[in-house]
Amino acid sequence: MALLNSDGLTRRQFLQTSLIVGGLSALGQQSARATSPESIELPFNRGHRPLVAFPEKRPLMVMTTRPPQLETPFPIFNESIFTPNDAFFVRWHLANIPTTIDLKTFRLTIRGRVRDSLSFSLNDLQEIFEPIEVAAVCQCAGNSRGFSEPRVAGGQWGHGAMGNARWTGVRLRDLLEKAGIENDAKHVRFDGLDRPVADATPDFLKSLPIHDALVDHVIVAYAMNGEALPFLNGFPLRLVVPGWYATYWVKMLNDIEVLNHEDHSFWMDPAYRIPDNACGCLEAGQKPTRTIPISTMPVRSFITNVSDGTQISVGRPTFVKGIAFDQGYGIDQVLFSSDGGQHWDAAQVGKDYGDFSFRPWEIWVSLKPGRSFQFQSLAINRIGESQQFHPKWNPSGYLRNAVETIHVTTQN
Amino acid sequence: MSVGIAIGAGKESHSTRSIAFPTDPFSFQPGVGQEVANTYCVICHSADYIYIQPPHSQGKWTEIIKKMKHTFGCPIPDDSMDTLAKYLTNQNEISPAALNPATIQEPSSSSATD
Repeated sequence: MALLNSDGLTRRQFLQTSLIVGGLSALGQQSARATSPESIELPFNRGHRPLVAFPEKRPLMVMTTRPPQLETPFPIFNESIFTPNDAFFVRWHLANIPTTIDLKTFRLTIRGRVRDSLSFSLNDLQEIFEPIEVAAVCQCAGNSRGFSEPRVAGGQWGHGAMGNARWTGVRLRDLLEKAGIENDAKHVRFDGLDRPVADATPDFLKSLPIHDALVDHVIVAYAMNGEALPFLNGFPLRLVVPGWYATYWVKMLNDIEVLNHEDHSFWMDPAYRIPDNACGCLEAGQKPTRTIPISTMPVRSFITNVSDGTQISVGRPTFVKGIAFDQGYGIDQVLFSSDGGQHWDAAQVGKDYGDFSFRPWEIWVSLKPGRSFQFQSLAINRIGESQQFHPKWNPSGYLRNAVETIHVTTQN
Repeated sequence: MSVGIAIGAGKESHSTRSIAFPTDPFSFQPGVGQEVANTYCVICHSADYIYIQPPHSQGKWTEIIKKMKHTFGCPIPDDSMDTLAKYLTNQNEISPAALNPATIQEPSSSSATD
């Protein structure tokens, strides 16, 4: 009896369709060649990343150690639609991160332009407030920055600074309404326990406009995929802003301040801003004249089970699968091309885990022997937003949502 | 690296949770200006922030150092900034793959028996 893997393929079929021959390992989309089990080479200049297990994590790609920035190896996105907690990417801005959290003394404070300042322990939050669960993609604003052309300064991520999880916590609106929001509330500002090392470094603070803070699905999360948050992903609490980039998802959240003005502290301005135009993009090398804070995530899709440089044997159809996501309208269609975008076929869009989650898709393709192919996926959301063929450029390397290409050859 | 205590959501069987962060895997490498980097840059972050950057011009490194000083409060003296810019531009040419912990030089740890 042939053993079937999760794709419904026999092991032999899986090896024939997914294994790169000729010395490259089957390591996912990014043409990653494992130079050794201790590292991965991302397919851009300076892409060498050691694989190191940080506390509570399996070995992840170390971009930086202190403060830690750890990237998820791309094949993990092929294993399950929800990213395991021990594989979830990590990104901190400030190196003074508490190494001990005492839940007996930890408090989340709500203050500022509210009727009553309030303070809650983790236990209070779990007992007093209705638990809300939302499946949502957490994606770094600079995810994929390493692929920018021309290159830009900053964290040099491949495509692995993202993850999908079921987040459980308290609705932010429920917390704010319990405190009583004053009429002049404009922004809600979030602070975590991490602090700068140098006194003069701006503390990491992020703010949401009040109407964005009050939507149903913004939560203060205490669980991720059914377990307490990993330390490195913000234990005991983090803000979860589905559909918005992860810069707002403040970790070790302990302070919520309602403001009667727009927050222009450093990490809101000038940091984390995008050109104020339709695409959030510029000609290469240009500087923006006007900027706005980054917020929602444009549509993206990825092929997850075939990596760049794969050689495929033909004789039976090839199974291709992947993921797609957007800012929360939900994925409507995914199209697939094997010829670099000349012809497109509709892929089968899979189970809907919610508007803010990864959505799986799959397709069977028949390839001719002895040829080279450029696999591409293109997702369209329910309001018709889609991806570009040419990557957008901006000086910070934000907002990438181009159609990505996987080069494949078939055996003769 | 120690592993944190796993706590299920809603349970407070362990009310204190701790981890230990790993130490920096390698230092800034030998070169003119190394001591500037090992004095000021390492206050806030590990050296790998520099070594994973794509090639930047000396002008770009100068801009970055100015941001470190004026925006992030790095206490680097003005008269060290040019030395540091030259040093980082040179270090930028080293591929991170070369910084194998087995081959790096530890600062001040070369044995007298070498």
